Amino acid sequence: MSISRISAAFAKRAANGQSAFIAYMMAGDPDLATSRELLLGLPDAGADIVELGMPFSDPVAEGLTIQQAAQRSLLADTKMAGVLSLANDFRKLHPDTPLILMGYANPVHHMGWQVFAKAASKAGVDGMIIVDLPPEESEPFAQALTENDIALIRLIAPTTVGERLPKVLSGVSGFVYYVSVTGVTGDAVPDAIAVAYAVQNIKLHTDLPVAVGFGVRTPQTAQMIAACADGVVVGSAIVAAMHNSGVKAALKLTAKLAKAVRSKS
Amino acid sequence: MSNNNTPNEQGRFGDFGGRYVPETLMPLVLELEQVWKKAKTDPVFIEQMDGYLKDYVGRPSAIYHAERLSEHFGGAKIWFKRDELNHTGAHKINNCLGQVLLAKRMGKTRVIAETGAGQHGVATATVAARFGLECVVFMGATDIERQKPNVFRMKLLGAKIIPVTSGTGTLKDAMNEALRDWVTNVDDTFYVIGTAAGPHPYPEMVRDLQSVIGREAREQIMQREGRLPDACVACIGGGSNAIGLFYPFLDDKQVRLIGVEAAGKGLHTTKHAASLSGGKPGILHGNRTYLLQDDDGQIADAHSISAGLDYPGIGPEHSYLHDIGRVEYLSATDQEALDSFQLCTRLEGIIPALEPAHALARVGDLAVELGEDGLIVMNMCGRGDKDVFAVAGHLGVEI
Repeated sequence: MSISRISAAFAKRAANGQSAFIAYMMAGDPDLATSRELLLGLPDAGADIVELGMPFSDPVAEGLTIQQAAQRSLLADTKMAGVLSLANDFRKLHPDTPLILMGYANPVHHMGWQVFAKAASKAGVDGMIIVDLPPEESEPFAQALTENDIALIRLIAPTTVGERLPKVLSGVSGFVYYVSVTGVTGDAVPDAIAVAYAVQNIKLHTDLPVAVGFGVRTPQTAQMIAACADGVVVGSAIVAAMHNSGVKAALKLTAKLAKAVRSKS
Repeated sequence: MSNNNTPNEQGRFGDFGGRYVPETLMPLVLELEQVWKKAKTDPVFIEQMDGYLKDYVGRPSAIYHAERLSEHFGGAKIWFKRDELNHTGAHKINNCLGQVLLAKRMGKTRVIAETGAGQHGVATATVAARFGLECVVFMGATDIERQKPNVFRMKLLGAKIIPVTSGTGTLKDAMNEALRDWVTNVDDTFYVIGTAAGPHPYPEMVRDLQSVIGREAREQIMQREGRLPDACVACIGGGSNAIGLFYPFLDDKQVRLIGVEAAGKGLHTTKHAASLSGGKPGILHGNRTYLLQDDDGQIADAHSISAGLDYPGIGPEHSYLHDIGRVEYLSATDQEALDSFQLCTRLEGIIPALEPAHALARVGDLAVELGEDGLIVMNMCGRGDKDVFAVAGHLGVEI
């Protein structure tokens, strides 16, 4: 039921005229046990969908906050098996909340596209975002994911224009992730008007929900973005709260952000 | 010139290469592919390149019979392709010149580069100065420490140096940071990649631009010796000087092509940079290639005495040539490189960079193996002025 779990989560919010709140966190930061606490608490704090970051040694699309979180996680000896065990625990406790894994190609490729897709499905994962796997390179993994009923969620960037947009959108399932800035995660603040325009443009080519992320850090920005998108992703801000002040603070921020997203004007 | 029409439309050399970059960069990488395709057959671009290569870089570089080294090893005749005589002291400028001219064609006003030993950074800063482009160089903090002279040269040339402290502060981390900058500044920035790696079309483009080394060497050795060499030897980090020398010889099956990776403190340790001898295929910095990595697919830190070879990956074409067996890949340790560095300096009066000193270590064995009738061309791809301080340190000398 993986892909339908994602559709249901968006549909539930849309039925109330609301956007979905998607919370990102890094698996294994500062260690597996502590990150499990945060992960399991996110749905009750208000996350409609959870994105679990898989640590990688060379995350080229991440700003400093998430880079350092990945480094801390790897220093604590987080393995891919550990990430999947977190997913498994999450699924047992939260049967309805979609769980997306987000990361980079090499650790997945190292395990094998097929082997990984199967293991992720078994752990209850609903969707995958691999930042450095553009449509041109995604075929073998896309096939493995389809066979295991896991959504392949692709990133659309401000530079994805013209003929490329429908090309990138073909074969996408679950939802579309619009990268609101040309840059790395957590850096610049997105321009709401440009984002609204881009989301409208994407919607001309797909019926899937469109979520917006990269650079959304505060409840104010989240609320603004919610007004023009089906979902809002916040990552760096939650990761920073977790690092600076611990699980409780990160959950508190999640609640604030979720509330802001739902109260879009 | 080659038997292979590699890479294919997807930028693949067999199973290697490709375009594994975030979506933000994809449109740019595709555009660059088109621009490069047009430029490389455009007579105006070719004439421009030839002109600057001749008058600014100082090509063709000489080919030189290393008589005393040949005598010392007591075997084959050794010739150096002297790319260390190029402007800025290494082969790197062949590539920078081409990429900066492309940046101008694309209307970019800012170039960025990663650098390890600093040679590529210096070459990029040099050409950027010549063509009036803003230049930002990313360099690992560790490398800044061991390559001080080059850091100052880049600053003199007007480049901004950004120290990279993430990871081990070496070439791989500098490349991560350059990619992050590129993602953020796609509109006005051209990324001048220094080696034959990265997303397609970089491996092909860098190879094509560096192939001038092999084309000249082939012609020069034919002129001087009346025959092709028995072997061509080059050191390999990412592999740009090696692919530049090898490519025009790929069809000459009788010519052995030998790449020498950095074995650091030994292949039996974890402190080396030999991706082919000690790595597995994986995905990093835009391409699928052999990488040093752990059991979980995390990239391992490379180690080499030479900052220019200190990289956990290798250009995808080398991975392909390795797997099909066309090129032999050997390695040399830090100590062997240091020994060869001193030997070459004393016997030939040429201070080699630590990078080609690795190649020279294997040239000695090969000369003996081939015997007196043998003929070897080695790419002396850089001069050692930049390494003088580091070598003094290793030899326990204070200067």
